[in-house]
Amino acid sequence: MAAQIFSAITVIIVGVGGCVAYFWGANRLVDIIFPSRGVQGAAAIDNLRRQGMIRPWLFVGPAMIILTIYLIYPVIETLRLSFLDRGGVNFVGLANYQWAFGDREFRNSILNNIIWLAVVPAACTFLGLIIAVLTDKIWWGTIAKSLIFLPLAISFVGASVIWKFIYEYRGEGQTQIGLLNAIIQYFGGQPQVWISLPFWNNFFLMIILIWIQTGFAMVILSSALRGIPEETLEAAVIDGANPFQIFWKIMVPQIWGTIAVVWTTITILVLKVFDIVLTMTNGQWNSQVLANLMFDWMFRGGGDFGRGATIAIIIMIAVIPIMVWNIRQANKETGGH
Amino acid sequence: MAVTTGKSFVGRFGVHIAVLIFVAIWTVPTLGILVSSLRDKDQIIASGWWNSFASSSQTEAGRLPPASVQVEKDGKFVLEGNIFGDGAARDISAFGVKSAAPTQYPAGTTAELGDGVTLQLNADGGFVMTSPKAFEGARGQRVYYASSAPPKFTSDNYKTVLFSEGIGRSFMNSLTVTIPATVIPILIAAFAAYALAWMRFPGRALLIAVIIGLLVVPLQMSLIPLLKLYNGVGSFFGVPSKTYLGIWLAHTGFGLPFAIYLLRSYIAGLPREIMESARIDGASDFEIFVKIVLPLSFPVLASFAIFQFLWVWNDLLVAMVFLGTEGDQIVLTAKLNALLGSRGGDWEILTTSAFVTIIVPLIVFFSLQRYFVRGLLAGSVKGG
Repeated sequence: MAAQIFSAITVIIVGVGGCVAYFWGANRLVDIIFPSRGVQGAAAIDNLRRQGMIRPWLFVGPAMIILTIYLIYPVIETLRLSFLDRGGVNFVGLANYQWAFGDREFRNSILNNIIWLAVVPAACTFLGLIIAVLTDKIWWGTIAKSLIFLPLAISFVGASVIWKFIYEYRGEGQTQIGLLNAIIQYFGGQPQVWISLPFWNNFFLMIILIWIQTGFAMVILSSALRGIPEETLEAAVIDGANPFQIFWKIMVPQIWGTIAVVWTTITILVLKVFDIVLTMTNGQWNSQVLANLMFDWMFRGGGDFGRGATIAIIIMIAVIPIMVWNIRQANKETGGH
Repeated sequence: MAVTTGKSFVGRFGVHIAVLIFVAIWTVPTLGILVSSLRDKDQIIASGWWNSFASSSQTEAGRLPPASVQVEKDGKFVLEGNIFGDGAARDISAFGVKSAAPTQYPAGTTAELGDGVTLQLNADGGFVMTSPKAFEGARGQRVYYASSAPPKFTSDNYKTVLFSEGIGRSFMNSLTVTIPATVIPILIAAFAAYALAWMRFPGRALLIAVIIGLLVVPLQMSLIPLLKLYNGVGSFFGVPSKTYLGIWLAHTGFGLPFAIYLLRSYIAGLPREIMESARIDGASDFEIFVKIVLPLSFPVLASFAIFQFLWVWNDLLVAMVFLGTEGDQIVLTAKLNALLGSRGGDWEILTTSAFVTIIVPLIVFFSLQRYFVRGLLAGSVKGG
């Protein structure tokens, strides 16, 4: 273990040192090759101009190389692989896509993903908004928000263990140590094996993600609510609006843009949901989702890269509208700066 | 926003209650595994963790001594003793002799077992069994009883998972993965962000658009090509394909779009006058960046560092693909996932391991929440 600590520290120093050395060294090199100090007149101006042309690329260069290798090239390669067979050698046309839409498990995943998309972003945004409004009114609101926010720091795997313990089922005659079954039993109901209950198990998995992400929605929406001018709210009160009217007719329309951002952010997250399904059910009992199915095909029977890539492309297609919307928004805001 | 509060006492009271309920729902699950991880292994399955401060009751089976120890007393054959042996620490509330009715008789009463046989079992475990005929057989009577043990808390579970379940090792692996994967992207992104914010060069606007587009590209798109690439590089140079270096670079790549986006929007907002006066004083871009931009950007650098740290520490997918699911390099999340498969019902192991995996993020989160929230507000277009 000591050796591991030592090698980790060495690597941190080498890696970080290497980065620093690159930026410093490359910058130095430009100064030496095209000196702007110590030369006179036109030559200095020329060299300054050349420096100005080269230096930006030295700064963005490493980022561009890494982005190209780790994101841009893979996107193109995944698209190409989706038209190839399992080994990624022979061209098979649209066979992988045909397989996908005929496959029972794939269709089940698409259906489940749609349910996830319909439920989780809506639930997180709604709960987040309610909690943001309520906690703004009480003196211990900050503490309450911190505690509700806390699951955001917990890994999906950790959260899955936490909730698996809540859903735990013990056989007939044993003490129910899962909180949910204990509550059900207390009220005279019949304990269930929740996560293997087809269809409904999806909702028990969704609760985990809602539990994690509500804090995110709450924080963003809470700060947007603070941005609503006090006078607007006071005017509404003077006009005799009740709290519900103020909430729906004044607060919600004012923060509509923020609600959209929260909603789309969680939507993207839901499209990629993987860890929760893998650890809770691994797609059994009709709870499969696209990201987990893709992971499955990457390694199933030695791996079928064609089918895996096809599933990745389908996830990507679902993301593209959000991507276009984001770029448009950003261009509008910065005006190209 | 006090103006929107319901004016009535009932309305305000209702708000407190509602928030209290939300807080309970959001904290009780985590509390459950924390409490369970500190409980005795046998008590975890005997009673719900919410009962852990009360005595836990459980139904057990025991056997009375065989016929050979019987004594004859007043014309009856008697077996006497204590069912717990010597160390009677528990409290019996009821007992029975049939597995279908293990708690048929309250403790201390005398049960008629038929043919004149009686059995009395006291709360402290002492028993008296009498029979008009001599007892026979080498095996004694089977007795079921419900007993309660006082609550018992222990740190044994932590010792077990850290040193014999491999969680300690995985904890180190997670740190080894996380720290460089947090530091490297910060440096690379900071330089790129400065160039994109304050330097003029052709293609800058396009580059910014590409980075914003890459923000939402699902990780899934990258996995297969990179896996192929790593395997290719590995076999070409004859080195292992699953290495720490590989995962650092992968996390750097996946974190960069968000890092550049977040840092650029902050750095672009720094006052123009500072940059310009420095430039007039003859400072180069490199000097401006190191001496002015970096120190001023500390809050946003901290925000990103926390994000990336939590994201890498909590990541399962990238770790499983690029470091594998077994062997010496397995990280905490993957280890926990493996334990869920291999130690499915052993909640003392699972709850303790889960708590070990979430403790670091919780500490980071509580100590640096301010920066975390700021980053969240600035960069909420990212998919997480």
